[in-house]
Amino acid sequence: MVTQQQRVAAHRRTGRGLRTALAIVLLALMLFPVYWMLNISLQPSGGTLPSSFFPTHPSLAGYTTAIQDQGQNLVTSMLIAVGTVVLTLVIAAPCAYALAQFRFRWISWALLVILISQMIPGIVIANALYTLYENIGLLNSIPGLIIANAANAVPFGILIMRSFMLAVPTSIVEAARVDGAGLVRAFLSIVVPISRNSLITVGLFAFLFAWSDFIFALTLTTKGNITPVTLGIYTYLGAHISNWSAVMATAMLASIPAIILLVIAQKYIAAGATGGAVK
Amino acid sequence: MSDAETLTTTAEPTAPSSATAPAPRRGRRGEEITKILFVVPAALTIIALFGYPVVKNLVMSFQNYTLRTFINGKAPWVGLQNYATVVTDELFTKALVNTALFTIGSIIGQFVLGMLLALFFHKNFPLNGVLRALFLLPWLLPLIVGSAAWRAILEQDSGVLNVTLENLGLIDAPIPWLTSPDVALIAIILVNIWLGIPFNLTLLYSGLQDIPDELYEAGALDGATGWKAFWNITWPNLRAVVSVVLMLGVIYTLKVLDIILGLTQGGPANATQTIALMSYQRSFVEFKFGQGAALSNILILISLVFAIVYLRATRRQVDE
Repeated sequence: MVTQQQRVAAHRRTGRGLRTALAIVLLALMLFPVYWMLNISLQPSGGTLPSSFFPTHPSLAGYTTAIQDQGQNLVTSMLIAVGTVVLTLVIAAPCAYALAQFRFRWISWALLVILISQMIPGIVIANALYTLYENIGLLNSIPGLIIANAANAVPFGILIMRSFMLAVPTSIVEAARVDGAGLVRAFLSIVVPISRNSLITVGLFAFLFAWSDFIFALTLTTKGNITPVTLGIYTYLGAHISNWSAVMATAMLASIPAIILLVIAQKYIAAGATGGAVK
Repeated sequence: MSDAETLTTTAEPTAPSSATAPAPRRGRRGEEITKILFVVPAALTIIALFGYPVVKNLVMSFQNYTLRTFINGKAPWVGLQNYATVVTDELFTKALVNTALFTIGSIIGQFVLGMLLALFFHKNFPLNGVLRALFLLPWLLPLIVGSAAWRAILEQDSGVLNVTLENLGLIDAPIPWLTSPDVALIAIILVNIWLGIPFNLTLLYSGLQDIPDELYEAGALDGATGWKAFWNITWPNLRAVVSVVLMLGVIYTLKVLDIILGLTQGGPANATQTIALMSYQRSFVEFKFGQGAALSNILILISLVFAIVYLRATRRQVDE
């Protein structure tokens, strides 16, 4: 009897081990393009693409060129992304709290509008903002791109933070109110610290949205003085690619935020991935 | 915001003795105003970044809005002419068919692979959580980065896909993945499937997690295991999540622009031309903003049909 159980347990353990092995193989297939990017970025190459599977003679020449050509663009992207995070949190957090706790009669309408707004194609927004920015002088500017990127992040941020703030107990807020705190102070000193995790989730995604943005970068800049790194890669990718290792090195540098966030902030990423779509 | 804060903080010290008494009427009204102020910045943002663009696109689509408009400020009213021009353009039918093929192909591929992976990860095994999380990476990368990586892989002469297929003896001559009108659409669909798997996997996996184990235990007693359990227990309970995943997938895929621009720019010979790309090109390459707006409104109209289906599906999900 005992040996029978042990055999079943051992069988199950090998089954689970096999699943892990299969999962690793599937993951390797899935992440192969990222590996290939790394591989080529480390190989000396010009217009011809190396096809060896390992960088046997690694070279950092691609990265040197990438930083010379695109270093400024990485800084531009960083400024835009950080600006978008700040703007998104300032706009979306109070609204999320209000929609979670204030019992307005029109809340379901507001949520419907927010859901629909996420479905408007970026090209529609770009079309209208281009003509508007042309008139008010926001074309080719970092603030212009920050505002445009808020279009992606604000509705998403409101939905994520609202679903979290629904769970903030009204009693703690009321206790603070009895002690004489105004609504704004209660929000800043109680709700915001309690909801920290959802603010971090939204902040991280706002960063990734803005860092990854290509459509606004492409349409709302015309002069080449403001070039986010996605647009820099696109320019590199023209019909004929003259320096593969520099292209792939830039692509690797542009992947760093996503990789860092996935490694150190996994739980926040998972929260945003499921919360945004269904709620 | 800061105005509201000073308003409430300065109002408080004036009535310290009435702390226990019900809040004075003026305070109540002030509070209602403060409550509204919480929503005002977001409301303005949504009006400026969604309301205004939708209305502006609608108006522009009835105007002869071109580069000249920026110089002399004139955008003459032309009625439905922009719509007539773009719909009768010989490219339009091709773009519409491509949009449909791209969307259907991408969704089927992403959904089937995402579902298989979700079922695979639904079982307990060591490192499950970490490995599943790493599957998200392609989704978090900038789309243009993904496009760049695939440009290298799909390159005709020395790209690793053709080199590998040739070494395995599966093909005699390299396939011009991105430069032949016959296969370019298939190639961009494959890349888009790769990009969409993480989204499908994540949502379907969390849907599977929400199905109570008791249902499977009860089903097993009635002999429902394996495929039978999937069709009789998993699928019916997952239906609401599935409809959300499919509808969001369609809405996201219809507006895809980054990948196509990064991989083929609509070529070769317009083999990968779509409605979204055509709209971009009319507006920002040819500077015919009126026609670009007309095309993007057609795109919104198509999305709207799916959005209505989606909203009905989520409402049903909320009701259940």
